[in-house]
Amino acid sequence: MAGESTPQQQDQDFADYRGVWVLVEHARGRVNTVSWELLGEGRKLAARLDVELAAAVLGNQVDHLVDEAFEFGADLVYRVDDPVLEYYRTRPYCHGLSSLIRAYKPEILLLGATSMGRDLASAVATEVLTGLTADTTMLDVEPPPSRLLLASRPAFGEKILATILCKHRRPQMATVRPKTFAMPPRERGRRGPVIDAPLGLTEADIATKVLDYVAEEHYGLKLQEADVIVAGGRGLGDPAGFKLLEELAEALGGVVGASRAAVDAGWISHEYQVGQTGRTVRPKLYIACGISGAIQHLVGMEKSDMIVAINKDPRAPIFQLAHAGIVGDLYQVVPVLTRAFRERLGGQPLLSA
Amino acid sequence: MARTPHVVVCVKQVPDTTEIRIDPKTGTLQRAGIPSVLNPYDVPALEEALRLKDRFGVRVTAITMGPPQAKEALQRCVAYGADEAVLLTDRIMAGADTLATTYALWRALVKLDAEHPIDLVICGKQTIDGDTGQVGPGIAHRLGFQQLTYVIRLREIDFDRRTIEVERVTETAREVLRSRLPAVLTVVKEINKPRYASLPNLIRATRYEPIVWNGQNTDLDPNLCGLKGSPTIVSKTFAPPPRDHQCEMIAAADLDQVANRVVDAVLDHPVIRRLREAPAVAGVAREAAPAAVRGSGG
Repeated sequence: MAGESTPQQQDQDFADYRGVWVLVEHARGRVNTVSWELLGEGRKLAARLDVELAAAVLGNQVDHLVDEAFEFGADLVYRVDDPVLEYYRTRPYCHGLSSLIRAYKPEILLLGATSMGRDLASAVATEVLTGLTADTTMLDVEPPPSRLLLASRPAFGEKILATILCKHRRPQMATVRPKTFAMPPRERGRRGPVIDAPLGLTEADIATKVLDYVAEEHYGLKLQEADVIVAGGRGLGDPAGFKLLEELAEALGGVVGASRAAVDAGWISHEYQVGQTGRTVRPKLYIACGISGAIQHLVGMEKSDMIVAINKDPRAPIFQLAHAGIVGDLYQVVPVLTRAFRERLGGQPLLSA
Repeated sequence: MARTPHVVVCVKQVPDTTEIRIDPKTGTLQRAGIPSVLNPYDVPALEEALRLKDRFGVRVTAITMGPPQAKEALQRCVAYGADEAVLLTDRIMAGADTLATTYALWRALVKLDAEHPIDLVICGKQTIDGDTGQVGPGIAHRLGFQQLTYVIRLREIDFDRRTIEVERVTETAREVLRSRLPAVLTVVKEINKPRYASLPNLIRATRYEPIVWNGQNTDLDPNLCGLKGSPTIVSKTFAPPPRDHQCEMIAAADLDQVANRVVDAVLDHPVIRRLREAPAVAGVAREAAPAAVRGSGG
């Protein structure tokens, strides 16, 4: 940490820091789609700043990831390809990414707000002594000459949004919640230049070893990827209510979710939870049954393309967000709705997989 | 064992965020009179340390950076069973972001380590007020300790051989990691079920006065502390943008009619309609559809 200087007193212009970077997160050859979402959003920031959009790809034998990064919008790729990077571990990834930053000086670096992204971003920001905004849900930039990243994030239990600036350090770093931004279009065959950098570490330098890796079919992940979600809340009044929701979900080819109230009541496991302490989702169709619409729930599903709400209380906040609302008893409405969807869809899912 | 192993738990006193209200007119926080609590994620972190105390007789120290009243959070730790507690408090630390926070905590941990070498630091995975999860890793990096985050199980620890084995959860997997001591763990709530405070510890806690350190006796550079030492600043806060559309309330004489109109509305939604009309070749291409188009009133 030698040479740490006061972050609020420097008055550099950072003219040598240019470009928007996205760290491509992957595990066992599969990319976390949040990285592509960030390339989509990063494209807009890069355009406003008139700079290149770059992907940083670290791993072992990552050529296919490099290709995909170009297809999702990267103008160039910084690659660190080394057997030591086979599995994610903090030390070598932090070393590799920090070295890239020092050598090629991005002005903005975005990562997913995931277990890996948060772990890595925190270490890297401490290594390069810059500012890091966690869990961002809105991104913008001030046009040149200030070029500042405006990273907004929920605060105090999602009740308020705060815009965070990092004026005197570069890069400006942020982690971003998955499913906050839409996937960019994929341009097959699109390619660009690749800059290779060495890792400069060997296995002997790394104290942490991965002994085992068990892929877990988390329900939460399925929930996050689903196109149709039928979710239940306190209004169900009973764990048995989820049976009805399952039938509706099945008729639509979707999955079941829940609000925190239903999880806290012990009606369904935490894996099903949508919202601040659960998953953020972005399905095409979200049907909220007996969910009043606490802000902590709304932030987890407000980006759904279409929201249908069923609630007894006409003043429930969920109706302010929903596109279609039914005031009524879900125990009466849902079975009829299930039947109607079955008939109209002829047993096919609403959206083909 | 040559000496008693030392486990340090980093905690924070936080406002009970569930109690915070927003002034709908000004969009500002109404914080007055909000009770403070020990960050809920820190309780399982402390519990994990106390289990090591039960098994190996380790010394457990709780530490926090905060205003003088953060003493209450430390007394809570003593009530659960912490041996000692350190309050790092100084006006120069006010307004710290995570980088400035890890700077100050790092200096204090170095001082603590000099008095009684630290084998393990345990933190909660995040706080409920900041929600960043950045302080644990920041401390690990500054100390040069091994960084092990989102730990759901401490499988093995050997203070003599200096090894540790943990299970870590990610969005898609559970990893088993073997690493070296000293290490910093951040733990998820599911790692354990915290104990209740025992009566003798509760009594001890009521009279307990933590060790108080300030910037001077931890050798802090004031320029790297608090607001001054923070690269990030909050430029503004605002209420989430209002919704941009009207909800179509569907009511009809009988439920079948209601249901059919809901089905119509769903099938007629631009995004859903387009996807149904032009089923894409690959899943990826489908995801690529612009998602913006909101419902009717948009």
